[in-house]
Order: sequence, then structure tokens, then C-alpha cells
Amino acid sequence: MNPAPPLASLLVLGAGILLAGAQHVPRLPWWVTALVLGALAWRTWAAWRGERMPRRWLLYVLVVCGIAAVFLSYRTLFGRDAGVTMLVLFLALKLLETRTHRDVVIVTFLCFFLSLTSFFYSQTIAAGALMLATVLVLTAALVGFSGPTRPVARNFRTAGVLLVQGLPVMLLLFLFFPRVPGPLWGMPADAYSGMTGLSESMSPGDISSLSQSDAIAFRARFDGDPPEKKHMYWRGPVFWDFDGRSWRPGDVPNFDAPQFEPYGAPVTYAVTIEPHNRPWLFALDLPARVAPGAFLTHDYQLHARRPVRVRTRYEMGSFLEYAATGGRAERALELARALPADFNPKAVALARQWARDARSSEEIVLRAVEFFRRAGFGYTLNPPPLGRDSVDDFLFGTKRGFCEHFSSAFAYLMRAAGVPARIVTGYQGGEVNPVDGYVTVRQADAHAWVEVWLGAGGWTRVDPTAAAVPLRIESGLAAAIPRGEPLPFLVRSDLTWLRTLRFNWEALANYWNQWILGYSPERQRVLLNRLGMPDANWQALAQVLFWSVGAVIVAFALWLLRKAKPRDAAHALWLRFCAKLARRGTPRRAAEGPRSFAERAARAHPRAAERIRAIAALYIDLRYGPAPEDGAVARLRSLVREFRA
Amino acid sequence: MRGDGAVRGPAGRAGAPRGSASALSPRLQALLERSQAYRLFAGLRAPEAGAIFLAQRRVYILPTRHGVVFGLALVLMLIGSINYQLSLGYVLTFLLAGTGLVSMLHTYRNLAHLYVSAARVDPVFVGDQARFRLHLENPNAYDRTALWLRTGESAVAADVGARGSATVQLPVAAPRRGYLQLPRVTVETRFPLALFRAWSYVQPAVRALVYPRPDDAPLPPAQLIPDTGAAVSAGIGADDFAGLRPYQPTDSPRHIAWKSVARGNGMLTKVFAGRGAEELWLDLAALPPALDLEQKLSRLAGWVLHAEREGYAYGLRLPDKTLSPAHGPAHRDDCLKALALHEPGPAAR
Repeated sequence: MNPAPPLASLLVLGAGILLAGAQHVPRLPWWVTALVLGALAWRTWAAWRGERMPRRWLLYVLVVCGIAAVFLSYRTLFGRDAGVTMLVLFLALKLLETRTHRDVVIVTFLCFFLSLTSFFYSQTIAAGALMLATVLVLTAALVGFSGPTRPVARNFRTAGVLLVQGLPVMLLLFLFFPRVPGPLWGMPADAYSGMTGLSESMSPGDISSLSQSDAIAFRARFDGDPPEKKHMYWRGPVFWDFDGRSWRPGDVPNFDAPQFEPYGAPVTYAVTIEPHNRPWLFALDLPARVAPGAFLTHDYQLHARRPVRVRTRYEMGSFLEYAATGGRAERALELARALPADFNPKAVALARQWARDARSSEEIVLRAVEFFRRAGFGYTLNPPPLGRDSVDDFLFGTKRGFCEHFSSAFAYLMRAAGVPARIVTGYQGGEVNPVDGYVTVRQADAHAWVEVWLGAGGWTRVDPTAAAVPLRIESGLAAAIPRGEPLPFLVRSDLTWLRTLRFNWEALANYWNQWILGYSPERQRVLLNRLGMPDANWQALAQVLFWSVGAVIVAFALWLLRKAKPRDAAHALWLRFCAKLARRGTPRRAAEGPRSFAERAARAHPRAAERIRAIAALYIDLRYGPAPEDGAVARLRSLVREFRA
Repeated sequence: MRGDGAVRGPAGRAGAPRGSASALSPRLQALLERSQAYRLFAGLRAPEAGAIFLAQRRVYILPTRHGVVFGLALVLMLIGSINYQLSLGYVLTFLLAGTGLVSMLHTYRNLAHLYVSAARVDPVFVGDQARFRLHLENPNAYDRTALWLRTGESAVAADVGARGSATVQLPVAAPRRGYLQLPRVTVETRFPLALFRAWSYVQPAVRALVYPRPDDAPLPPAQLIPDTGAAVSAGIGADDFAGLRPYQPTDSPRHIAWKSVARGNGMLTKVFAGRGAEELWLDLAALPPALDLEQKLSRLAGWVLHAEREGYAYGLRLPDKTLSPAHGPAHRDDCLKALALHEPGPAAR
């Protein structure tokens, strides 16, 4: 029962291992990948040439060395990356030990685990497709090992049939298995590394490096038409504290409630935010409500109570026109005028000049905007490096920069002129996908602007980038960047067919995110509501699952186990007749032909003897005689049906 | 050689099912026989005649060890998916769960609704293996893969194509002379994923005839019995060619005049002077009393083969049965069968 695994199935298993590990290759140390490939080659060669496999002591040595090497690479054996590497390592070594069917099964199950761990890193459509392919190949390998005589192509067919027939159960389980929010226990410390997004400070170069990324920050779906692009300022972290180079949130006490006077009606929309491992959520200036599990700070930042580590969806409303009068406390305004001493003398001199000439804060701001408009600033993703006096260097030297340069310099000038100013980072714009109407905001849309305090008008948004490079705000990044500079591929606007393709693909990805990846406890509740189970607890769900999965399995069983149809109607009727007699205590013996059986049965049931003989005669006629007359089968059927011994 | 074919009809039954069930009314007994527990503990101990249909109620299925491990792995994967909130992890876990469940039906279907019947089996000698042949017939339009038939000592695999059939040979050791009933055979399968094992027990009523093991003692001297030499002209000189006579079925093939057959003159037997007069009586009672019964039967079996090979006309005398001298494979098999089935009477011991 345990023959050596056949070569063809081993090759299929090897393909399955490669598929399961494919997602991990970029993150694995090179020697682990080499070890897996080597083990695969060795195992295949051993099976092909009928050579012996490595001795057991060698495997033990490899295990010890492998664990040591993982420890040296990661400085730990636990955590996400080290754990995955260990799993791959064991898989490779187990492969060198596959002698029996049992070993093959273990390798297959390890591969399923490996496939699961790849979702730590990516759950895109491509990852889903790769997972399906992996499962198909591994299932085919399992089929091959339990039916070693079959050709490989038929194993794949059988595996496909099994997977397709497993789909209904999968769907039921996916929809109705009680969903629990949140982790059951702690996550590994390194579980969230590598997520992109805005950071907790802003230095020259931070946002421009983000601008190289196609990654989607969030998607929004508006009730009604989305606002114009130039009005879409998605508010993120606000920075108060400048040390001459970097902007930081600063130690700003929560002075007062985030109050403001709205004008007009709010726009409402739902945001689906990608995980970025930071607590802030994004809303259009200014957020009119607070998402569940979030709060609004005094400077109108929408904060979640915990870092956003899974894709989250929240309903929002915003007022696009407002007077942001919150945060007027004198201490707050003082903080918004603070400057590090002895930096940027030329900028300070310029700002003091404006402050002397102007009669109001508004005028100072207008002069500054005018300065930005006329000074001939250029927009670039690769700004030249700046010295110690970064603002002076930028304003009067290089004159080329990105939004963080513009906003940083503008806020510095404002503060030097005595006007309270703060930096707001977030995203600007977004792209309406004509396929599904969602607005897609990418990391490349990251932006920084300035808010100045204008007394009665409250905190007022000034976008120096818009003043210097109007195209950036009106038409987006692609238009503002001079030709020849590298741009994220998907942001380029010159290839229409590519854009159409991209819109469709992203709409599909959005459905995927909304309905497969975003199927949360809340979504499950909504679905159950719609199905008429408003407050279903887990017991109710267990019942639903039990009965629905049971029904599916029974239906499949009835379909799969249907009896083979007898090819001969007369024979089927004869069998029915024999069964009737058997129930009356006269079973037909295997060696008995119809005539002798009928004789014996007639003797056993003298009252029915006539009918028994008639049925047998008719059957013999139908089965063995020349071409039967019309209706003979029907006559036999009625005779058999009415027969009572 | 003529063997005992599959024995059909009630004569082939090794006895009524145990217990008092046979005393019950036929209706009640029929009901009883349908219940699984009864089949498992009583009904199946009796060999069944004819083709055995593996109806659903006699096919059992349970997860294998692999299946249990698979289930545990799925639970782990589910916990991982919950903890790390991996939606695709749920998809993977549930897809595997669904596939595993469906594979149970496929494993079951791979075995259920199969016909198993026994073919004739050739006689063997004690110490050899009887090669029972089981005939598997698949009435359905799908293939059946990797069916295993096992007795206590051997296991063979078989594939049966759609609406096809296959014959497998199950070797069973023959330790004793007499009839050897095919032991209970477990038909099982784990196809396609080996997560489940479906099995059923069958014991077709078929028995192999087991001859005593022949020993290689030399033949006893033949007796000259003048009035039985019907086919020969008596003469002196052991191997002198005496002439030809028409062939009789009991003649040894070594004495057929093949040249004459080749010339188209029909089958003729060469007659040797002084040969046919010798008649060999193989007599149980004449064997040395130092041998026990089985040794004596072995000796006789050896002599039967020897005499047949040498072309003698030989007869067999047992306490309760006498086979008069003759020659030929059929006679040989009759003699061996008589030896195989010999029951020591009260007089013999």
C-alpha cells in the first residue's frame, strides 16, 4: 500500500511547492530559496534514477544548521518573517525525506500552510489566483499519489472536479461562519512592517519619495457626484513644531473642542482605507462627523483609536466650505508662531519686511502667495539637496522642490512675519474611476499644505504649491512634473488604452476589496439582516451552516451516488419482480434462470402460480425471443406492478 | 485440470448464519439482514453465493489518519485566519474544507455499487498458495481507481474502468488438504485524496480444492494381473514394441504414435509387449503403519503423479472409496480429489 511515490506525481508536487512558495521568494534569504530548489532537484533526481535519498543523519545536520542560519539572519526564531522562513526550511528538508504516501501528505499540508502565510503580505486578486492554482496542483498531486496508475492530466481533471464541487461549501462557510473581529492573541512584532503611507513627521524628501508609489491609499465613494479635484483636500496629520529641518506634530495640548462654522450642505461619502499601520483616517476638509471607533482632534484630524492594520471602511461627511474657528487659544497661536532661532536669515528678513509693510495678516498672506507665484519655482520629484538653512536655500537658491518644500517654506515665512501657521499633510485630489464611480487616492497623491490663522476667518488653508505650480492641483501630478522625470507608471496620463485597462482592473480590485477582503463582522451582520436574521448569534449561524452544508452534501451525494440505469427495461422489471418474491420468502438463487425460478416460485405460492408463470413467460419472450410485439414491455410493467404473491 | 468453480446456490453455504436468526420468520430475517450491525456481526460471516453487490448499506467510510491530520490542519489555518484577519485565509481554509468533504463522497462512490464475484479457482497442493480470482464489475459510467482487495495475508490493487470489469488474483496459503474457503476479503479504497477510507467486507462462496502435498518416494512394484490387460497383447521383454491400436482417452500421451497422426492416419497408440499387463494398485492400507494418515496420503498423492507421468494404469484404494485402474488427467484429478477429501472413518484410527 506504500509504494515509492511515482515520478510524475512527485513532479506535480514539486510544482505545487514552487507555487506555494512563489510569493515568499522576494522576502526569503537567498540560501533558503537555493535550499528548496536543491532539495527539489535532489528528490526528483533520486526518484528518476532510483537513487537512494540522503541519510537521516545528514537531514538532522541540515535541520540544525538551517535553524542556526535562520537565527543568524533574523536574530530570532519567532515572528512573521522568521516563522515563514522556518516553515519553508522544514518543507525543503521534509521533501528530502518523502518516502511514503504519509510523507507526501505532510509535505502537501505544509504547502497549504505556506500558501496561507503568503496572505500576511498580500491578498490581491493575483494572490487569490495563485492560491487557487496552488491548491489545484497540490490536490492533483494528492490524487496522483492515491491513484498511482492514472495519467497526470486525469489527476488534474479529478482535482478540478473536487475543487469545483467544494465551492458551494466554501461559499456557505465564507458567508455564514461566525466572524470574530480583531486578533485572538498578539500579532508578531514585525507583522505590519512594510506598509506605506504618510509618516509622523515631514522632512524634505519624505513626500516626494511617497510620490513614486502607485499604491492605493484609500478609495472613496460619494453619494452623488464627487467634488471638483481642486476641492479635494484629504486631511491627515497636522504639524506644529519645526526644528529647522523637520516638521513634527509637536506637544500641543488639546486646547478646545474642534469647532467650526459650516456653510452649505455637507458632502457624504464612504472611505475604504488601506492598512497603513498609523492611527489616522482621512476625510475631506473639514470632517462633519466622526467615524465609529475614531475621534476628532482640536486641529480637525480624524484619528482611529488603534492603528489601521486591516482595510477599513467608514462613512464620512465633510463641509467643503467653513470657517475653522476652533483652536483660537492664545497658547496655541503662540505655538503656531514659534521658530527655531538662528536659521534662514534671508527668509526672516523678507518676512519681517512684509510684516512692516502690510496692515493685516490677510495682506501678508497675499504678498507671500504673490511671491510664490512670481519667483519662478519649479516642481520636481528629485529636488536638489538643501543645506542647513533649508528654507533660504530653497527660496533663493535652488527654487525647485516638491510640496513639502513649498509648504515648509511658506509656513516658515508666515511664522517669521508673525502670522500663526501650521502644516497639514494628507492627500490632494484623486481619480474618479468611470467603471464603478469610486474615487481612488494613491500614495502619489500625498500632499502638504499650510493653514494660517486669520482672526475672524479662523484657520484658512493656503496651498503654496498651487500658487507656484497651479497645474499640480488642477490636473494632478502627471501634468505638473516636467517631461522626462520618472513618474509612477500608473499615474502617466498619455496612454489612454492603458488607463481604460487600469480603470477596469482597479474597479475589479475594488469589488474584491469590498466584498472578499472586506467581508467583516459588520458586513456579515448586514447580510444576515437582509436574509431576515437580524440578531443572529453564533449558535444560529452554526445551525444555518449545519443545515445548509448538510443539504449541499446530501444533494451532491444523491447526484453522485445515483444508481446505474439498467440498460434493459425488461430486465429492470424482472429484477423488481424477483425483489417482490424475495420479500415473500422466495429469493432467486444465483444459478436459477427465469424458467426454473418461476417454477419453484409457483410451487411456493400456489395461489399466485398463474401470474408468476405469465410474468416469467413474458419476460423470457421479451429477453430471449425474436423481436417483441409493441406494448409487451408495458404489459410486463403493469403485471409486475400489480403482482402480489 | 478441472477445478471447483464458484459454488452457487445454498449448497455452497458453509452453514446458516449463527444465532437463532434462522429460526425467525423469513420476513423478520430479511429485515434483520438489512441492518448494518447484523451484517457486521453475524450476517457477513456466511459466504455469499453469486455476484455480491456492494450496496450502500454495506459500504462503510471513516476518515483516515491523514484525514484527521487534515482536519486539524484546517482548524489551525482557521484560527490563523481569524487572528490575522486574512480574508483569503478564510477562502483557502473553507475551500479545502469543502474539497475534503466532497472527496468523502467520491471515495464512497469509488467503492459503492460495485459487483464482486468469484471465478473458478484451480486446485493446489498443501503448502502452495491457492490463487482465488475475484471478478469486479463496474455498472456505472465512471472509473473506479485504486481499489484494494485484502485478506489477512495479501493485498492486491485494481482499477475498473467505466462500465468495465477487472479480475484480480488473491493468493491464499493452503495449509491443509480439503476444501479451502476464500476468507473474508476487505475491499477498500482511499481514492481520490486518501482523507477517507471506504471499505466493505465480502466473502464470496468459493472454495479451492487442496490436494495432499506429494512426496517423492519411488513407485511400488507393479503387480502383474493377466486378465486386465485388455489393451495389450501379452509378451515378454519389458519395452518391446508390439504394434498399434486405436487411441483411447485414457492412454498416455507418450504412447501416441505421433508420426501416424502426422500422416493423417488418426490417433493410434503404440502398444509395448509386457507393459500393459502391469497394473498398479495404490492402496492406503498397504502403506507402512509407521506413517501417519497425512504422510500416507502424501505418499499416495506422490505415487498418483508419478504413475501418471510414467504412463501406468493405476487404481486407488481407500477404506471408503475405490477408483479402478485407469490413466489420464481426469483420472489423476479424481484420485487426488479423493485423497484431498478423504475422511478417516472410525475404522481407520
